[in-house]
Amino acid sequence: MRLWGLVRKESLQILRDPSSIAIAFLMPVVLLLIFGYGVSLNAKHIPLALVADAPDTQTAALFASFDHSVYFSPKIAPNLPTAEHWLLNRQVDAIVHVPSDFSAQLQNTANQAPVQLIVNGVNANQARLTQAYIQAAWQDWLSARAEAAGQSADQPVTLANRIWFNPELRSRNYLVPGLIAVIMTLIGALLTALVMAREWERGTLEALMVTPVHLNELLLGKLIPYFVLGMGGMALSVAMAVWLFAVPFLGSFWILILTSAIFLLTSLGMGLFISIIARNQFVASLIAIITTFLPAFMLSGFIFDIGSMPGWLQNLTYIVSARYFIVILHTLFLAGDVSSVIWPNTLAMLAIAAFFLGTSRRKIRKSLE
Amino acid sequence: MTAAAPDDLALIAEGLHKSFGKVPKRIDAVADVALRVPLGQVTGLIGPDGAGKTTLMRLIAGLLTPDSGTLTVLGTDALADPLTVQASIGYMPQHFGLYEDLTVQENLNLYADLQGLPHTERTTRFQQLLHMTGLARFTDRLAGRLSGGMKQKLGLACTLVRPPKLLLLDEPTVGVDPVSRRELWAIVYQLVADEGMSVLLSTAYLDEAERCNEVILLHQGRVLGKGTPDSFTEHLEGRVYGARRPQGIRRHLQAELKTQPSVLDAIIDGDLVRVLLAEHTHPSDLPNVTWQPLKPRFEDAFVLQLRQQTTHEWLGLTTPPKKEINPNTAHTDIIAVSDLTRRFGAFIAVNAVTFSVQRGEIFGLLGANGAGKSTTFRMLCGLLPASAGTISVAGVDLRTAAAQARARIGYMSQKFALYDVLSVQQNLKFFARAYGLKSQRQAERIAWAVQEFGLKDYRDTNCDLLPLGFKQRLAMACALMHEPDILFLDEPTSGVDPIERRAFWQRINQLADQGVTIMITTHFMDEAEYCDRLVIMNQGTILAAGSPEAVRKLAQSPEHPNPNMEDAFIALISAPAATNAGETAT
Amino acid sequence: MWQRIFALAIKEFQALLRDPKARFVIIGPPLIQLLIFSFAATFDLNHVPIAIYNQDGGQAAQSLVSRFSGSQHFEIVDNLTRESDIKRVIDHRDALMVLTIGPRFEQDLLSGKPATAQLIIDGRNSNTAAIALSYASGIVSDFNTDWQQTHHLRAPPSVIITRAWFNPNLESRWFIVPGVVAILMLVVVMVVTALSVAREREQGTFDQLLVTPLHPTEILIGKAIPGFVIGMIEGSVTIALAAQAFGVPFEGQLATLYVGMGVFLLSAIGVGLMISALATTLQQAVLGVFLFLVPAIILSGFATPIANMPGFVQDLTLINPMRYFMVIVRGIFLEGSSFNSLINQFWPLAVIGLTTLAFAGWLFRHRMN
Repeated sequence: MRLWGLVRKESLQILRDPSSIAIAFLMPVVLLLIFGYGVSLNAKHIPLALVADAPDTQTAALFASFDHSVYFSPKIAPNLPTAEHWLLNRQVDAIVHVPSDFSAQLQNTANQAPVQLIVNGVNANQARLTQAYIQAAWQDWLSARAEAAGQSADQPVTLANRIWFNPELRSRNYLVPGLIAVIMTLIGALLTALVMAREWERGTLEALMVTPVHLNELLLGKLIPYFVLGMGGMALSVAMAVWLFAVPFLGSFWILILTSAIFLLTSLGMGLFISIIARNQFVASLIAIITTFLPAFMLSGFIFDIGSMPGWLQNLTYIVSARYFIVILHTLFLAGDVSSVIWPNTLAMLAIAAFFLGTSRRKIRKSLE
Repeated sequence: MTAAAPDDLALIAEGLHKSFGKVPKRIDAVADVALRVPLGQVTGLIGPDGAGKTTLMRLIAGLLTPDSGTLTVLGTDALADPLTVQASIGYMPQHFGLYEDLTVQENLNLYADLQGLPHTERTTRFQQLLHMTGLARFTDRLAGRLSGGMKQKLGLACTLVRPPKLLLLDEPTVGVDPVSRRELWAIVYQLVADEGMSVLLSTAYLDEAERCNEVILLHQGRVLGKGTPDSFTEHLEGRVYGARRPQGIRRHLQAELKTQPSVLDAIIDGDLVRVLLAEHTHPSDLPNVTWQPLKPRFEDAFVLQLRQQTTHEWLGLTTPPKKEINPNTAHTDIIAVSDLTRRFGAFIAVNAVTFSVQRGEIFGLLGANGAGKSTTFRMLCGLLPASAGTISVAGVDLRTAAAQARARIGYMSQKFALYDVLSVQQNLKFFARAYGLKSQRQAERIAWAVQEFGLKDYRDTNCDLLPLGFKQRLAMACALMHEPDILFLDEPTSGVDPIERRAFWQRINQLADQGVTIMITTHFMDEAEYCDRLVIMNQGTILAAGSPEAVRKLAQSPEHPNPNMEDAFIALISAPAATNAGETAT
Repeated sequence: MWQRIFALAIKEFQALLRDPKARFVIIGPPLIQLLIFSFAATFDLNHVPIAIYNQDGGQAAQSLVSRFSGSQHFEIVDNLTRESDIKRVIDHRDALMVLTIGPRFEQDLLSGKPATAQLIIDGRNSNTAAIALSYASGIVSDFNTDWQQTHHLRAPPSVIITRAWFNPNLESRWFIVPGVVAILMLVVVMVVTALSVAREREQGTFDQLLVTPLHPTEILIGKAIPGFVIGMIEGSVTIALAAQAFGVPFEGQLATLYVGMGVFLLSAIGVGLMISALATTLQQAVLGVFLFLVPAIILSGFATPIANMPGFVQDLTLINPMRYFMVIVRGIFLEGSSFNSLINQFWPLAVIGLTTLAFAGWLFRHRMN
């Protein structure tokens, strides 16, 4: 009866205070829209300058291969200094420069005709992709030319790629599930951190504490309503991922629910833990953002590969619960139910949830000290 | 007697000790307290702010663990078994944690669930409580929309959902208007009579001590005395007099009396100056002064106790009057307000208020919570625009006035708004600069403030660590940095102990004599007597205006031939024209 | 007038530096973040786990495999013996890719037929997959060139010679660290300016300020100065750290950078003060800061290029001051951009700064009612 009373009280408060509902439902929508549309690692229409010192049919054929690609929006520069000027002014990202002896060298079987590629290396990742795309276009031109001459353009070894789970390498397919984990970390922690701190601030906890209410009931009375709210936000996010962003979902729905529930427990537990330490809404929200959102964003493998980080940083990622959930989500969405991925990660999340909830339970006292 | 818990005691504490903070700044909140609270009566825990009342209450409620000592509540060792104790006591904290976004009924339901009140008993109990607290009509209203007094009553109802054997009330009447205060006391006595409850109640209002069966006087964490209220005042019999001089201003008489060596305390009380004489002395002969013996009050005893306990270094004003009041301008209106109105949406906070204040006057603005006095005050200071009507302060509207006009006013806000992390010196310096004082003048004024307000020892202390009384002094020093012509004081004495309050009023009186106009809001009805003129507000309108004598006269009736300010206030507010007085929400 | 502004600014500094909590917020998180961001936020991959399924025991195949094992980008985690194992290692995320060399590899190679090596990649993280793929292509292409040379085969008629300007080794840390500098400046300035008025409102000191002769505009300037100074100091420290500790080359002129920092800080302060004027509680201010920071960082080109975003999102980034400052910081650090070439970044920042400051001033005067 006491627990039920607390749950009902908390639910009524949620319904009356639009800000909790806004955090649970509006924030996922806004963040998913910003990230889903704003973050894309798939380059298209890379601005490209094409310069031929001595334009002729050979160079025209080479340049035509760039025209056909969706990856580029090329424009012809009259000379190299102009092209370099464009690069400096960030009007183009790369220059394909064909020197004046290109055609002559091309005919000469003893030599290789050089094509100069200048990329703006400031964004290293982008530059590497640009380079790969240009290489591919150039390879197409080479093959077409060899075919026309009846020769084989084959290299000694050709690399045949097969990309599983996400053949087109759509970055949205992996960003959106990862984003769900980041958002749910933030929401779970922020919601609970704020509500508990609010009870401290308004003095409502002092009055609750002298009632015969048991501490377990107090904690559960907080957790249950926000758990339900968080699962609602989760469902909304998944629905947006599947229907708005068209991310395929291959896994089992029930496993998704189960693992989401466990993940939500970790972030609710973390929020509870923060609020028990902080007792002040302002400090609680700052700690929640610094300790949950940033790590979930940076150290979870959401965008940046964990394996490539320095060792000490890799060790730090083991306590970020989003790290495990992102792996599970990627697998459930794109690969299906791979039990050897899902269960170890679920166990890790369970351990984290148990740690935070257990510590919260031990830290909270029916006392104001 | 001391060994076993006698059956007629609700609470026994021995050697109770509790400190807070780290070693260098360790503060003993409760030091070596021994208590015995009898069953079936109202015991008052009286003391100024910071006396340790709340800490003591929390210790009894099991929310804090004492550093040492023993505590037996209702025959149970509270330290060993706090849960058993919590099941049989009711505790209402100072700021009762009502869930403001839940309705009255929902709050009651929650506490009924938490206290495990069976469903079958709920209907009767709720009806009983709602009837007692007068909340029956408001069960669907959100708790946040209740007035201050109603919130306290609802908090009390929530605590009482399952009748406790011992009820702990921590300052239940703070910030509550006199009408609601009387109602709360009526409820408490009803509980003792009808349900045989034992009540331990803390309060900073000294007049409330006289309503308790027994009083425990607490100061700086220590018990200064205990007994029936009368036992405190018995030995003062024959030492309290009222002095009256037909002509002249009362506060001048008060100041004059204070200089007498035999006078320990002199305050303005109605038409009289209330004087407490030293032992074995008699009223001295002053020209035109008539004396009448008065019945000693608890406050007299309290002040005497504190005077003996602490050495309050209190410096008289050393500054000579700043400006001689030009007789021609002495009676001109320096503040003029006409038809002032302020609406918040559909709610009218201030409704067509008209009054004026003369130069050098102390002008009081009184009213219950939500009466509109704060809103009026903020409009006068230019912090809030008026919806309609005109305001003129020193000839200009501060709202539109240039910075130069604002340089002529000083403002001391509620709760003494100072920069917590800045030291006393830094706060003074900031306000000196903000008011544009030149560097020479800055140094002079800061030196003056430190000297005048006895802040020397605290110069480098952070404001948040200052005792409340010193916070008040510093706030006032900051407001006076630039020698303003008009001083606005918003509830300047709430929570401050009676000694500091006396010193504060002494300073105010001297400022007024120097020609500074003072505009003040207050909750303390006795302080209204210090004003030259005052208005009483309710529901955004002025109920009464005039000198304290005139206002008191309005409430004269056969039952109350000689009403005090509180009687007058209650009579005015409960008059037919002002029904639903306490029920207006802000 | 200036004396009063000065008084307010000094008070603001004292309040920030004497309050341990405020001091920590200004000093702690920026340094931690610089450290973690700079190490975590990299797109360069190291030790990508790769499994080899080598069905050809010959020397050529062995030499190709040894090129993978010799690369710092890859780490061979498994040698497979059965085709069915491929699915296992990929599904279970034991390896990101599997290199399959067919049984006729060496035979084909020696007979001049194109030999095929197959690469199976886990596409769950599409960005990592694309980068790893480009590393693998590079290794195979090097192998081909060497093979052609040692076996005197005819080389392809043309060759691409790539030069990456500004960042020859395409180190993504050079790209990320200057971006982190910009983010940290923004975060600190927002926290200092956006929360300061709300804090005064909650403490009740704001009314006290308003009744002094301080004009709203003076309050605005007094509140802006600490943000500006702290932003400048914090910016200088992080820039020094970026150049010294992280070895990011500094090619441009310091004076130009400081002009950029100046206009950027103005615009950031403008936004901060706008939030300040709108928020009545600390809670709202924190929420406002958060709601501004997240999109401002995501849509700034910090991690992913603006050019990859959909058109309407690209238009939206035009009002984001971070977008311009990112270009300025990176341009000056890596490209040595001159004042003139950055003029198109400076004026939008100045416009944003003036607009937000003017709007904040207007809000200040009108919100007091």
